Amino acid sequence: MKAVLALVRRDIALSFREGGAIGVALGFYLVVVAIAPFGLGPDLNLLARVAPGLLWIALLLAALLSADRIFHNDYEDGSLDVLAMGPLPLAGVAASKSLAHWVTTCVPLALLAPVLGLLLNFPIHTIPLLVLAMLAGTPAVSFIAGIGASLTLGLRRSGLLIALLVLPLYVPVLIFGVSTISAAVTDPVRLGRRFMLCAISLASMVLAPLAAAAALRTGFR
Amino acid sequence: MTFSLTNLANPTRFLNFAGTVIPWLAALTVLLLGVGLYQAVFVAPTDYQQGETVRIMYIHVPAAWVGMGCYAVIAIAALGTLIWRHPLADVAAKAAAPIGAAFTFVILVTGSLWGKPMWGTYWVWDARLTSLLVLFLLYLGLIALWQSIEDPGRAGRAAAILALVGAVNLPIIKFSVDWWNTLHQPASVFRTGGSTIDPALLTPLFVMGGAFLALFVLLHLIAMRAEILRRRVRVLQQTQVQQAQIAQAARA
Amino acid sequence: MLGLGPHASFIIAAYAVAFVALGALTVATVADDRKQRRLLADLERRGITRRSAKPRPAATPTVTRTAP
Repeated sequence: MKAVLALVRRDIALSFREGGAIGVALGFYLVVVAIAPFGLGPDLNLLARVAPGLLWIALLLAALLSADRIFHNDYEDGSLDVLAMGPLPLAGVAASKSLAHWVTTCVPLALLAPVLGLLLNFPIHTIPLLVLAMLAGTPAVSFIAGIGASLTLGLRRSGLLIALLVLPLYVPVLIFGVSTISAAVTDPVRLGRRFMLCAISLASMVLAPLAAAAALRTGFR
Repeated sequence: MTFSLTNLANPTRFLNFAGTVIPWLAALTVLLLGVGLYQAVFVAPTDYQQGETVRIMYIHVPAAWVGMGCYAVIAIAALGTLIWRHPLADVAAKAAAPIGAAFTFVILVTGSLWGKPMWGTYWVWDARLTSLLVLFLLYLGLIALWQSIEDPGRAGRAAAILALVGAVNLPIIKFSVDWWNTLHQPASVFRTGGSTIDPALLTPLFVMGGAFLALFVLLHLIAMRAEILRRRVRVLQQTQVQQAQIAQAARA
Repeated sequence: MLGLGPHASFIIAAYAVAFVALGALTVATVADDRKQRRLLADLERRGITRRSAKPRPAATPTVTRTAP
């Protein structure tokens, strides 16, 4: 556990020191949401109706933008080989790195979502729930992205490939993520599906690192 | 067809087996397709609700059996790659993916061509169609992964992991899509048939099912043979290059 | 004989798409198989064979292969 925390702290420190990546993801999120009304039309009612889905889809794309970095740097400079031989099981390494991706990418994106929600005429009083739903659902996003990143490690065009491999797997997250938010707007009583979102996140936090570790082993020469 | 998997683990023995089986299987496929198509087009009565469009079902439903069954083949082959390290498992999985994608494509297109006259629109986000669309995307992902990794060993294991991740996810996707669909479209769209199907409709359906199954096994065997040969060619080309290098070094 | 009713074009289109898609798949698969067989025969004719293959009458040295 201590090793996991140390690894997560190291990865967070590295990505903040490196800079750029978080800013790019946030900027991408902003741009996608900002150009959507030009395609959908300026009708505020329509925008409010599609806002949950739009915010979620743009978040998925923005999070995938940095997904190929999850293992890439450590693979390039050889630290991944060292970590693989260390005391921490490879699944633990994969889990820590996915967790670091969640902290450095998905959490900032989820915190930006309310601001973008305002652009889409999203009702203000449901904003806390929007952030909560995104924080509950995004661990699944990061951990499943970890599988994609480990499968495509060291390949050319890995970023595009991750999107193709991983986006279909996001269907359940998207469905329950969106319905959690829209349920809050339409009928706040039936909020049971929020637990579905948590369940998906928890399950992927347990299972995805195992798959990612197996995939990492195939990449070692 | 009875064969032992351990006997066929040897690629050369598999090639011999495929060589003898393929012509017979091809004949069987042509025969079944001929009979099935004749029955489906000329013999089968029209459905009182669907009219003549029920004839689309004779390719749609068997294609659905094969398209979905193919993913099961890939998932089992993935287990074979990762757990038993069966030497032909990743060959089988790689050969099956494009076939599964093609059959799933046929399911989607025939389904939407059936939907236009029946539902009034080419595409509805019906739970079944949507799940099949996701299945199609999974096939595409598998094919893309295989094409992106050059080393066949690594590609096989990576694709096996992806196939198993997909196999774990498919029921969850199916469940969530069902749930999502009932939320958005309360039972306005429901498939006809299903409850009582006349035997006169069932016979051509099963013959076509057998024909598509035979076609699948046939194409799978041919594609597996091609894949085994491709790997041999690859190895031989590498040794050829090595030989040339050694010869060059000896001359210098 | 073929009274396909008001939706004939959809039925014909469905059969045509299935035929074209599965036909193209069959042609591509068979062509790939042929191509690999030709390549392999070509290599073997030039004396590059697998270790496990029978030695050819021509006295070309056989090459050991590294991977299955």
